[in-house]
Amino acid sequence: MLWSWEFTIEILPTLGKGLLVTLQVTFASTAIFLLLGLVLALIQRSCPRWITAPLNFVTEFVRRTPLLVQLYFVFFVLPEFGIYISPMMAGILGLGIHYSTYAAMIYGAGIDNVDRGQWDATTALNYSRWHAWIHVILPQAVPPMIPALANLLIGMFKESALLTAITVMELMGQTRTLANESYRYFEPMTMTGIIYLSISLPSALATKALERRLGTV
Amino acid sequence: MEQFFEFLPNLGRGALTTLELTVGAGLVCVAISFILGIARTSQRRLIAWSANVYVEFFRGTSVLVQMFWIFFALPLFGIFIEPLTAGILALGLNTGAYGAEIVRGAVQAVPRDQVEAAIALNYTRWQRLRHVVMPQALIIMLPPMGNLGIDCIKISATVSLITIADLAFEANLYRASSGSNLLPFLSILIVYYVYSTAVARGVLGLERKLAKGRL
Repeated sequence: MLWSWEFTIEILPTLGKGLLVTLQVTFASTAIFLLLGLVLALIQRSCPRWITAPLNFVTEFVRRTPLLVQLYFVFFVLPEFGIYISPMMAGILGLGIHYSTYAAMIYGAGIDNVDRGQWDATTALNYSRWHAWIHVILPQAVPPMIPALANLLIGMFKESALLTAITVMELMGQTRTLANESYRYFEPMTMTGIIYLSISLPSALATKALERRLGTV
Repeated sequence: MEQFFEFLPNLGRGALTTLELTVGAGLVCVAISFILGIARTSQRRLIAWSANVYVEFFRGTSVLVQMFWIFFALPLFGIFIEPLTAGILALGLNTGAYGAEIVRGAVQAVPRDQVEAAIALNYTRWQRLRHVVMPQALIIMLPPMGNLGIDCIKISATVSLITIADLAFEANLYRASSGSNLLPFLSILIVYYVYSTAVARGVLGLERKLAKGRL
């Protein structure tokens, strides 16, 4: 028999432990990319060119190079400059920075999507800049961003598996350890696939429902 | 500087492997994208549904899991594939699922009256697709396909974890043997950047060429 149910049940608690770490990493990195992405988007549309031009190059560079190598970079190179962080922190930081460059694009697109006439109208009504943002622009700009940001979160949930490469014991790390210790790859790998699927698939469906309600950027 | 010259041959080898991988995976990806993307717009339920299952499955799990599965679990069924082929397959199958979504979206974005006009002109289904829908859909799908190409290059670094000697693998090997961290990783980041930028530029050029003479 190729598949052993006994072994499958035996490894489930360990996989559960890994999943917990994966979820922690995902939510911590999400907090970073939501915030850092917003900062990036704001800088891009309000700072002089000598700041935005180099910044655009950096964000483009981050978007065009592999997350895995960026994780290696954070994990191995930062200590050379005297910055020591745990593998988990390095992973969260790497993921958060990588995805913040995408989040910045979503924020930007959301703000650009608001019709110019809305701005003109706030001027005509003598709204202050602050009031225009809070009462007119953001209420229209934010809803369509939500599904897009949720998609980013789901993508990150799956890509967080890469953190195994920098020794974080998340879901994939636990799976690889189990497989290496028992020389059985079939059950751990399949179960892990099912776990990823059983979380990301309903989330993707929920996002689609959100898209229908809130629109897209 | 001396260190860099020492690393150079490894860098070259890795760069070549990464290139091979992404070109191979790119071909698999394009084939799957078109077949499944068009299948998803099919009127036959079964065809559309099977294509859907494929797409949701590959988009729902990590590439890393898929890669390990192909690399470690398939041999249990007596299917042995060479690491590089396994890498190309995993990459192509994964990105193909995303590509299928792009093709489907582009085909459906072609205005409905174009199809109606083709029906009125008595075009067969194939002629409709080949001469009316596809030429217009191609322009729509090019930009997202370019992004997918860049994603493919980026994801290709993952294969280093199943012992394929690509850029990321060579850099890690050199780091372990030399203890120098900054140099290997910075240099491969630059190579990846050059690859991705080449794809981005190429797609932009193609876009301009295809859009010529159109509104």
